[in-house]
Amino acid sequence: MSKLDSKIPKGPLAEKWTNHKNEINLVNPANKRLIDVIVVGTGLAGGSASATLAELGYNVKAFCFQDSPRRAHSIAAQGGINAAKNYQGDGDSTYRLFYDTVKGGDYRSREANVYRLAEVSTNIIDQCVAQGVPFAREYGGLLDNRSFGGVLVSRTFYAKGQTGQQLLLGAYAAMNRQIGRGKIKMYSRHEMLDVVIVDGKARGIIARNLVTGEIERHSAHAVVLGTGGYGNAFYLSTYAMGSNVTAAWKAHKRGAFFANPCYTQIHPTCIPVSGDHQSKLTLMSESLRNDGRIWVPKHKEDAIAIREGKLKPTDLAEEKRDYYLERRYPAFGNLVPRDVASRAAKERCDAGYGVNKTGEAVFLDFAAAIERYGKEQAHVKGLDENDTNLITKLGKEIIKNKYGNLFQMYEKIVDQNPYETPMMIYPAVHYTMGGLWVDYNLMTTVPGLYSIGEANFSDHGANRLGASALMQGLADGYFVLPYTIGDYLAHDIRTGPISTDLPEFDEAEKYVVDNINRLINNNGNKSVDHFHKRLGKIMWNKCGMSRNEKDLKEAIDEIAALREEFWKDVKVPGTDKEYNEELAKAARVADFLELGELFAKDALVREESAGGHFREEYQTAEGEAQRRKEFQFVSAWEYKGEPSEAILHKEDLQYENIEVKERSYK
Amino acid sequence: MNLTLKIWRQKNADDKGKMVDYPISNISEDMSFLEMLDVLNQELIDKGEEPVAFDHDCREGICGSCSLYINGRAHGPDTLITACQLHMRSFKDGDTIYIEPWRATAFPVIKDLIVDRTSFDRIQQAGGFISVNTSGNTQDANAIPIEKQNADMAFDAATCIGCGACVAACKNSSAMLFVSAKVSQFALLPQGRVEATDRVLNMVKQMDDEGFGNCTNTGACEVECPKGISLENIARMNREYLAASFKG
Repeated sequence: MSKLDSKIPKGPLAEKWTNHKNEINLVNPANKRLIDVIVVGTGLAGGSASATLAELGYNVKAFCFQDSPRRAHSIAAQGGINAAKNYQGDGDSTYRLFYDTVKGGDYRSREANVYRLAEVSTNIIDQCVAQGVPFAREYGGLLDNRSFGGVLVSRTFYAKGQTGQQLLLGAYAAMNRQIGRGKIKMYSRHEMLDVVIVDGKARGIIARNLVTGEIERHSAHAVVLGTGGYGNAFYLSTYAMGSNVTAAWKAHKRGAFFANPCYTQIHPTCIPVSGDHQSKLTLMSESLRNDGRIWVPKHKEDAIAIREGKLKPTDLAEEKRDYYLERRYPAFGNLVPRDVASRAAKERCDAGYGVNKTGEAVFLDFAAAIERYGKEQAHVKGLDENDTNLITKLGKEIIKNKYGNLFQMYEKIVDQNPYETPMMIYPAVHYTMGGLWVDYNLMTTVPGLYSIGEANFSDHGANRLGASALMQGLADGYFVLPYTIGDYLAHDIRTGPISTDLPEFDEAEKYVVDNINRLINNNGNKSVDHFHKRLGKIMWNKCGMSRNEKDLKEAIDEIAALREEFWKDVKVPGTDKEYNEELAKAARVADFLELGELFAKDALVREESAGGHFREEYQTAEGEAQRRKEFQFVSAWEYKGEPSEAILHKEDLQYENIEVKERSYK
Repeated sequence: MNLTLKIWRQKNADDKGKMVDYPISNISEDMSFLEMLDVLNQELIDKGEEPVAFDHDCREGICGSCSLYINGRAHGPDTLITACQLHMRSFKDGDTIYIEPWRATAFPVIKDLIVDRTSFDRIQQAGGFISVNTSGNTQDANAIPIEKQNADMAFDAATCIGCGACVAACKNSSAMLFVSAKVSQFALLPQGRVEATDRVLNMVKQMDDEGFGNCTNTGACEVECPKGISLENIARMNREYLAASFKG
């Protein structure tokens, strides 16, 4: 019998969440004042959860490693947030959002969770508008929508290319209101370094004050991790420099199962790598694929000429271009899901059609959109529709209105004007679908320890659709966790405050301090970044966009060896009693070096291709991902010491409301 | 290219601090400014010295962490970008580059180039929100149409990243641009009107209590703002404040 109980409520899919809410335990308002909750992370999930829990009356302690909760990396999400509002009247519905998400995730997510997500999606938009989030509007004053990959409707709400920023500032504002009321105690520049388990329940954390270096004990009746994803294991990614797996990994070491670590999203439209000095990659929003067309030259000699600077892309005739997504996937065209678009770009570049110096870039071209919008504007304004200069000028204005900040970002980094010449883009690590295993209540396998947002595994299966991360973060934080956590906390109304003098706190603090001392006193010869970069290379080359048995086995050995070398030879300057970024980084990289191995192990065991996990051994004749029925399960890993000793538990996935079929976007 | 860096080093809040010279060579113009500092820090670590501490996180100009005063300008020589978006192609071989933290009473230095900007958080806590519960039981998002022009202006004000460049650029260390951006965002939206009076009074009071100076009316903040937040917001806040003072 599996140790995993997903606790999915009985009854028809559409009624599960409503019935569940009606049946779970509640905590009365007077008792909520007696209960403390720790929330780690202040992104969309953690920020919205902190605000809502405090509003309900719980005493919240919120933690973030940034200097302000407003700087969590949700802030960088660009394109939008999905909701089944059907304002466009284009046939959208809760079921369709549910269906698109399950199919987009390549039938590797849990039906009940995804349906709930689709169900509460509409509330999110109402909520955010009430909070003053300035979404884009049409001239009539109503909300505007756009389209994202993998769907055939327009359900994405947006605020230019800064949707994540606006939503996070909304959650931050809601937090501020509660901080002002004294219901949230905010600990910024604090990093959680362990979770404390008392009598089998999560009862607190050990955190390090990043300014003073002090180690602190914090207790609570429940602990919520909204600590984001672990894509920085790849070193280069679109994540923030500080994004890390430490909180989730420490939870894993204390008994929380880690699910589907190998499911990583490689986003197709990022600015390509320019050199060895590079510290991070920058995303160009998927929304650009609404209007941008992706292509490479049809003939290799043209690709070579472009690479060598002898030919300008704008001079290459239309018939000599290969709009490969439109060619391969006529139904969805440039708006195929991310995993499909990324693999297609890699396929063309591997075949020798790449268009930048390194041969690892494709074009994203707005010329056609500029012309189309220009003509439309000229028509609306009663101007000459055959005046090319005028059309281009009008068209550029529209594009600037829609994507201005993205174009500016691109120009600043690459030093090329994307209004005049096509953008060059290439896939980069962007999001992790895997994360801590949680049940329907978002509780991990450790009682009282919850995980929300990107930090959990629950809703996106093997591939996340665009504009769904913001939706999930806010759904978990505003509308799901605040209900489900009450069911657990209802048993804690008589517990009273948890003492931080318990031996379990002593033990956890000692473990944290020992680890820090070991790093500080190691006196090795190589910097933290040296090891992080090497880990990143292994991950990208052997656990990246396509994987195979041989590479994965090598990756496992290489990461284990690198981890050993790290502990022998890493050098951390300074002391532990001061602001010391190298020390913080070292502790994070130490955890990535363990997670990386489990990641590769998970990818090795999953002998199929699904979504972002592409095993070369399992593909169709046309090179598409080939799922296998016998792998229709969630991999949940139990910690047993070294990653190599981790034990696999399987949660079988049942599809009762959706027919599992070939995932086609043709 | 080869450069001379003159960097503010300060061990902690109590230390007096000083400028220290660091020569650096083989810098590519494709590097970002922070990647150039990464190179310096690697060299310092290899030499057994302490790396230069600076705030940074997203490195794509949106989180507002980076806060470097470069050659006498907040976020450096280019306009409409943060320090993390600045690239070395803005400099030339042989240049001397001065790198300092934000200087303001309300932004005390924590270490080297890192300052404490929690005063900004406290201003927001004083009223930078709409008092609506997050229950989801609000009316439909399209129930109140909002004029596109106002929605767009509210959005433009809301794009403030809270980096503090406006304060650093101001000779009075005034936070008017930052505070007015938030006041404006809500003042322009019907949802925000209900609490407009209290909001502007409370936020301005907190701003004064934190030790930010008065507006100089010189507009340096607008010039250095990486997000192009307009001075119109300050005018709007002054209007809101005046009206609120008569009411309140």
